[in-house]
Amino acid sequence: MNRSRHPLLLVLSTLLLWGAGPLEARLNIEITGGIEAAQPIAVVPFGVSEGLIPPVEIAAVVAADLARTGRFKPMPTRDMLDLPTSRDQVDLRDWSLLGMNNLVIGQVEPEGSGFRVSFSLFDVFRGDELASTSILSTGTGMRHTAHRIADIIYEKLTGQTGVAATRIAYVTATGRGDSQTVTLRVADADGYNPQTIVSSSEPIMSPAWSPDGRRLAYVSFENRRAAIYVQELSTGRRDLVASYPGINGSPAFSPDGRRLAMTLSKEGNPEIHVLNLLSRELVRLTQHFAIDTEPAWSPDGRHLIFTSDRGGSPQIYRMSASGGPAERISVEGDYNGRASYSPDGRSVVMVTRINGAFRIGVLDTERGITRLLSSGTLDESPSFAPNGSMVIYATIHGGRGVLAAASVDGGGSQRLSQDSGQVREPAWSPLMQ
Amino acid sequence: MRILVFNLVAWCLILYASLSILGCSSAPSREPETPATSLPPPSSDRRTETIPLETSRPTYAGPWEDPSSPLYNRTIYFDYDTAEIKPDYIPVMRTHARYLGSRTDTRVMLEGHADERGTREYNLALGDQRAETVRRYMLAEGVLPDQMATLSYGEERPADPGHGEGSWRLNRRVIIQY
Repeated sequence: MNRSRHPLLLVLSTLLLWGAGPLEARLNIEITGGIEAAQPIAVVPFGVSEGLIPPVEIAAVVAADLARTGRFKPMPTRDMLDLPTSRDQVDLRDWSLLGMNNLVIGQVEPEGSGFRVSFSLFDVFRGDELASTSILSTGTGMRHTAHRIADIIYEKLTGQTGVAATRIAYVTATGRGDSQTVTLRVADADGYNPQTIVSSSEPIMSPAWSPDGRRLAYVSFENRRAAIYVQELSTGRRDLVASYPGINGSPAFSPDGRRLAMTLSKEGNPEIHVLNLLSRELVRLTQHFAIDTEPAWSPDGRHLIFTSDRGGSPQIYRMSASGGPAERISVEGDYNGRASYSPDGRSVVMVTRINGAFRIGVLDTERGITRLLSSGTLDESPSFAPNGSMVIYATIHGGRGVLAAASVDGGGSQRLSQDSGQVREPAWSPLMQ
Repeated sequence: MRILVFNLVAWCLILYASLSILGCSSAPSREPETPATSLPPPSSDRRTETIPLETSRPTYAGPWEDPSSPLYNRTIYFDYDTAEIKPDYIPVMRTHARYLGSRTDTRVMLEGHADERGTREYNLALGDQRAETVRRYMLAEGVLPDQMATLSYGEERPADPGHGEGSWRLNRRVIIQY
């Protein structure tokens, strides 16, 4: 095996990459579908104190966040007849005539070294003010503040927690073979602010969030070995948690964040294991000559679901988180894999094969019915938004790997792509504080 | 000789790296695009170019690099969603097993791969099973356990990036890497 590389060369290639510039390609979002029943809402451009230039157009970000949920249809600013920025300028009858259900107005004022962002949400028909809040924000944190405002509005109007202020992790690849560059990135849920957290010339796979959103587990093939790392996002510090002979794959944090389920084949066959991250105790949960992989925890931490071909074709099975017998839960189709629970634990999203095409399906575990969310032929890696409203997954569009998001209730859908290269394996973060 | 050539290549790279870093830090922004009809930049502005050093490879790793050697063929292909070895590939494995049996200090990595259909982690498991099947056959043919390691790349390193059976059949493979 003449695979050894001179350390100097590695340093040089790192320098060359760095010299090429730290420009990160943003994910471009394209709305590809919406629902007729989307609620009309007007988000008026926020008023700004004289002389102040806020770094972000807050109303535009809020409106885009609401539009992406598929449940709202924000009014274009150019159609607005009036641009009120304070309560005393609002005449709700005007907005009622324009067919709006809700109105959002707001202001940005300087405060200390940052800004105070205030906003009000109105019910146009009832004439009520539904919410009124102000948030202190730094200049660089202004987009995040806008996402939080969108989430407050969304929750007030739908009763469901918003996910605009969450993030997605994903893998990108450019080039091929020995000249490929693979990165693991984290971006805001709207594709902005992408940051590379690890970059390699070898494959990186299977990003998985810790329940507190502070760490990511992933598989890296650096140095031509497969290994599972857990990386702290704020520091970049990482721990090597599994590097056995054979597969080291499919990491999944338990809901309490203390254990990591994974697939190892150190005994010759792919089996589900659970590693206690504190004591480093490793327990094998399956023992079968078939493939057992892709473990995912139930939200209460009591069960694991996983993919196994023990019955002749890949199907989803469920077992106790302490091991023992497994029962098959996928009912239809000759290929079901990569399942994970919805936040309420009532359904699982998975990859399912229909007439030779791999699509994303949501299985209602109580009624045993599978509903398709996607229409591609090589769709994979589905991940629920932390409020259960949407699923993000990987698909092929125009011959390139892109991400897509679809409302679980069949409403809105979007495509997220980079200007170049492949994007794959999205993982939606938990809710962030 | 090999070290000398290596040093030359390394120094060229250092030169290139420092040039590109300097180039980056001294140029505040990218040159604006000029319309096609405008004149080329004056010749004094011409960029420095580096030319890679051409050398013949100083060493020869082994007979598996020689196209006329039976060891040159190091790939075993598989049918979709199975780790079963097809009879056509028994001679390939036997040839390598004999060679390894006569050179017990030689080690190989059995690299398992899958096509892109199906989930990535399942394909990682499939590649692992393919590599493991080849390993067991080689063990039975007398290769020592210490001479072999397996690594599955699943669908992450396709030989052919296309999305059809013509590409897929080339990607479902185990490579015997010396």
